[in-house]
Amino acid sequence: MRPELMIEAEGLTKRYGKTVALAGVDFSVPAGTILGLLGPNGAGKTTAVRILTTLALPDGGRGTVAGIDVVSHPGEVRRHIGVAAQDATLDHLLTGRQNLVMIGELSDMGRAASRERAAQLLAQFELTDAADRVVKGYSGGMRRRLDLAGSLMTRPPVLFLDEPTTGLDPTSRQRVWEAIRELIGEGVTVLLTTQYLEEADALANRIVVVDHGRVIAEGTPLELKEASRSAHLEVTLAQPHPDAVGAIAPLVSGRVSVGDDGRRLSAAVDASTGLATAVVRALDASGVLVDNIEVRQPSLDDVFFSLTGGHIEEEGGGIDPGDANAARSAVDGDSGHKLEGVRS
Amino acid sequence: MTTATLTRSAAGFDRPQSSVGVFGPLSDIWAMTRRNLVHISREPMQLSDVTLQPLLFTVLFVYIFGGAIPIPGGGSYVNFLLAGILALNLVTSTMGTAVGLSTDLHEGMIDRFRTLPMWRSAVLVGRSMADLLTSLLCALIVAVTGLVIGWRPGANYISIVGGFALVLFFAYSVSWVSACVGMNSKSPESAASFGFIVLFPMTFVSNAMVPTQHMPGWLQAIANWNPVSAVVAGSRVLWGNPNPSGTIHAWPMQHPVEAALIWSVGILALAAPLAAHYFKRRTTE
Repeated sequence: MRPELMIEAEGLTKRYGKTVALAGVDFSVPAGTILGLLGPNGAGKTTAVRILTTLALPDGGRGTVAGIDVVSHPGEVRRHIGVAAQDATLDHLLTGRQNLVMIGELSDMGRAASRERAAQLLAQFELTDAADRVVKGYSGGMRRRLDLAGSLMTRPPVLFLDEPTTGLDPTSRQRVWEAIRELIGEGVTVLLTTQYLEEADALANRIVVVDHGRVIAEGTPLELKEASRSAHLEVTLAQPHPDAVGAIAPLVSGRVSVGDDGRRLSAAVDASTGLATAVVRALDASGVLVDNIEVRQPSLDDVFFSLTGGHIEEEGGGIDPGDANAARSAVDGDSGHKLEGVRS
Repeated sequence: MTTATLTRSAAGFDRPQSSVGVFGPLSDIWAMTRRNLVHISREPMQLSDVTLQPLLFTVLFVYIFGGAIPIPGGGSYVNFLLAGILALNLVTSTMGTAVGLSTDLHEGMIDRFRTLPMWRSAVLVGRSMADLLTSLLCALIVAVTGLVIGWRPGANYISIVGGFALVLFFAYSVSWVSACVGMNSKSPESAASFGFIVLFPMTFVSNAMVPTQHMPGWLQAIANWNPVSAVVAGSRVLWGNPNPSGTIHAWPMQHPVEAALIWSVGILALAAPLAAHYFKRRTTE
């Protein structure tokens, strides 16, 4: 065991009936860092979190938290973790303060210490005014913040945040982000799951991309972002032309590859406005006739592909064509590449 | 490998020392009990089940049926009714256990509890403790209402308390059956239907509200062996109130206190482990 790893998943598998939720997932989180587990709905993120937080038993593989096996010593693991689940797990009939105090007492903190810690967290999450109101009347953002506060009651060294901002408005999301950033400063180890590239980029040190219960890519946010910035250019010529490659080479970011028939050129490009026009002009100036031109926006599988260095298939299964097509149309422009629509 | 050292050196955190030690499970039960008491106080339906309903039922039954139902062997209807109305209220209010547990399982709150280092069965035990405490309140309201409208027990204090304890113990054991129902129901609403489909008929087909002597023969047989009849007859005997069932030859009617205790212990011995089993099954994936 490498002691610096606070969370480790080794070959985790899990199936629910006939559905394979996890098909062998490996990742690890060094102490004091945040790992973003990124993937679409149904990718297996929540299942991985449920196994590591002792809520579900894996069918195979091994999970440890703070070096403790989650299957053989679940009780000991629970003493080291804080969990903010996807559906805020709060008692709607208790007040915000009662919720926190109850969590503290059930964690053996004692009543006085629980009250003190609750007051402190309510202030930190700007919930003091609402502290003695019943949670039923809280807004979505307030519930998420209270849930996050609940996961911090015992000052756990390891924190699991399962899609902490899904369904929140931008302002609420910012506030949750700020709270998570403060935790980074305190040295907590965090596993964060998210459907948003943007969120993983804003918070995580490293990102593991999962889909269909497998890890399909891994990298730093920077690597991921660069991969998602590049678009794909495809030009179909009226007939093969010797000057065509030279004409568009200055406009693309990689090598221009030529299809077997000599008519189809393709290359990675930096997505920018007016690119198609520039390509047409350059080809026209060289006397090349163009039948068709297409700038394809970066898609999920482009990101996956570039991160895995083109070895998706070898790593087992990869992305099947139907899903890849769905993903292509799913990634939207600049506002937080949400990985939706890959699975329905 | 020492995990404690690892945790601290790796993240610089120190868990607060436990201030409860070996009383951990007890403090967990107490925390869960208080939570459920807060719930009942904030749910108008559940609250009225144990406050307004016993008051109304007691008054309505005495004034509506009182004149129309002769008690074989004599005695006033209010003295006959009180044990029955206590059983009716306590037994039917156990459906709160089913609804409460079903709600917990469906609202995801159970996942929070399962990630805490608590004694897991405190969820169940805390629920039944809260129900027992509200049953005490309910019993108190029935007793006071009864005294106001003319109920007079004819026994010593210990025997009277014994009569209340007999009904409370039975209702407590039924609440574990209710817990089993709650953990197997698809929704809190379907858990509530347990009360109407099982608990209400069970208390009505008994000697609780009317003497069984006027029922058709086949129904009499069911009523005489209904555990509710034994419990009600038992507390009538302990309170020194009229007990027309005493002339019936079925064994439970001849030995109502013993029969009530056997039923309660038997139901509890079956339902509590079963509830724990269902709970484990519902919370394992």
